[in-house]
Amino acid sequence: MSSQTSDQPALSTARPLPAVKAVRKSFSSPLGSLFVIVVTILWTIPTFGLLATSLRPQQQVAVSGWWNVFSHPDLILSNYHSVLFDGGFGVQGGLMPYLVNSLAITVPATVFPLVLASMAAYALAWVRFRGSDTLFFLIFALQVVPLQMALIPLLQLFSGGAHLGGLTVIPKFDLSGTYVPVWLAHTMFALPLATFLLHNFISQLPRDLMEAAVVDGASHFKIFRSIVLPLCAPALASFAIFQFLWVWNDLLVALTFAGGTPEVAPMTVRLAQLSGSFGGHWEVLTAGAFLSIVIPLLVFFGLQRYFVRGLLAGSVKG
Amino acid sequence: MPVTSPLLADSAWNDAAIKLGNSFGAIAGFLGILLVVFFAAGRATGRLGRPLAIAVFLGPALLLLLVGLVAPLIRTIYLSFRSDDSSRFLGLKNYGWAFTTDTIHQVLLNTLLWLVVAPVAATGLGLVLALLVDRMRWQSLYKSLIFMPMAISLVGASIIWKFVYDTRDSSQAQIGLLSQAAIWLGWHNPPNWILSHPLNNFLLMVVMVWVQTGFAMVVLSAAIKAIPDEVTEAARLDGASGLRLFWYVTVPMIRTTLVVVLTTVMIVTLKAFDIVRTMTGGNFGTQVLANEMYSQSFVQFNVGRGSALAVILFIAVLPLVGYNIVQLRKERATR
Repeated sequence: MSSQTSDQPALSTARPLPAVKAVRKSFSSPLGSLFVIVVTILWTIPTFGLLATSLRPQQQVAVSGWWNVFSHPDLILSNYHSVLFDGGFGVQGGLMPYLVNSLAITVPATVFPLVLASMAAYALAWVRFRGSDTLFFLIFALQVVPLQMALIPLLQLFSGGAHLGGLTVIPKFDLSGTYVPVWLAHTMFALPLATFLLHNFISQLPRDLMEAAVVDGASHFKIFRSIVLPLCAPALASFAIFQFLWVWNDLLVALTFAGGTPEVAPMTVRLAQLSGSFGGHWEVLTAGAFLSIVIPLLVFFGLQRYFVRGLLAGSVKG
Repeated sequence: MPVTSPLLADSAWNDAAIKLGNSFGAIAGFLGILLVVFFAAGRATGRLGRPLAIAVFLGPALLLLLVGLVAPLIRTIYLSFRSDDSSRFLGLKNYGWAFTTDTIHQVLLNTLLWLVVAPVAATGLGLVLALLVDRMRWQSLYKSLIFMPMAISLVGASIIWKFVYDTRDSSQAQIGLLSQAAIWLGWHNPPNWILSHPLNNFLLMVVMVWVQTGFAMVVLSAAIKAIPDEVTEAARLDGASGLRLFWYVTVPMIRTTLVVVLTTVMIVTLKAFDIVRTMTGGNFGTQVLANEMYSQSFVQFNVGRGSALAVILFIAVLPLVGYNIVQLRKERATR
């Protein structure tokens, strides 16, 4: 999938070929264009409604629909201030700690798998040894394991260590209330896909360049740092964006390994809770939801090209 | 508007600084350790050099995969044959429970419904849009806006749509768009959408279709552009046109991509529990497998049953992911 799209920026305005035009022509009618415009409007309205509601005063949100902003434009920013710092309606302390948690979880959970996977991919591609192909295939095949299969044992491991018979294989660490379990879980789950994608890229680097470096007496560590990493920057960027968005938008891993406390839980977990218990207070919920989607949207509109590439490559992720 | 005491905001910022400090400290520590190891291992020469390099480069990733995926995979299968506190061996009893209990029947039925309706709707709509949008002016604007929901978390998307479906008592003004639209169209007393079974299942699926249609459109649009010119040209000279050209030439030419898009959306659909959890919590007859697995395992602590549901989920996605991976590998091989 990725190779079909990676050669052409998927959202560009490339001119269609003449014969493809013929097919399109048969679809070409004012009705067809109208259909696209209607779908686009339908697809945009719900998000717009969220934004509009988050900017309206509380008294108005409760008694009239957001479409009234067109007739009574009365917009304020104070919902955002109160949702971040005050909370209100039984919400202790506001959403600021959760927003910070999201960031504090996402950045390391992007860097760790990126570095470890690029190291593994380099070894599998260029420090070849017996069984390196088999090993690569095994890592690649681990993509079929859904997250759900790993949750219970991993949580047991983090809370109680690992024992085989009477023997303690991995001792118990007290990691509750820290980001460590979430970082580790995200890193583990990201490795198969990351290794696979980066291996595809790293194994394509010019052989001459690698051999010249070896002849010059460079160690594998030096080659990795001064040749492989700089040349792989585009692939690393694509994967980094994909992983950043995946972690930022994740609910399942965070809910399982971070719990719901303001010390570690990210925005997604808190919003899912609020949606259940404070569903009536839409000015709080809409402002909170918009805060949590504004960063992915900035990434989307700012880095659309990388975003599309990373997303397409990662869409089979377990 | 209550004014926040500056003290409260200050402590929030302090808290943020400490947390982000920890987080970036962890990254710095991680990279620092790596640098030291690289430096030390890079000094090793002769016969020790290669094995050491392999161990340093591959070791951490292999260890994490072993602890985080391989061992849990085996252990979950093991736990699925045992009782809920893992103390007794039950054989296939947990699986029997999953296929004979009435509430789980509803769950499996809903999951099947999701698996068929949402991916087909998203892929079909994506295909039509891909064909229509490319000859329009401002096409990148339309594509961006339809693709945008893909960047939003499923939790965010669920809140957006929960607001659309919000229903008030008919004596009050409606603030949910769907109810208001129904009233504008002359339906004076619209139902409480989220509570109306089985309609609510489809309303939840709308969220998934909303998110995935842009993905299908972008991928299929690229595949259509990649069809060789000669093929469509030859078919056109043979007299094919319009819908026939589309159905007998375009669709077969992009069949592989079409199936990959369909299976990809199916995989996402099978595993997505965010939507159900955020919008209904699995109540009102909307429960699906992925959310039931979470509830059994982490809310009711029925580890055996939860594990059995996880294994069922695994077996359900296995052929889909397997197909996608084989396609992906074929594509790499021919390139």
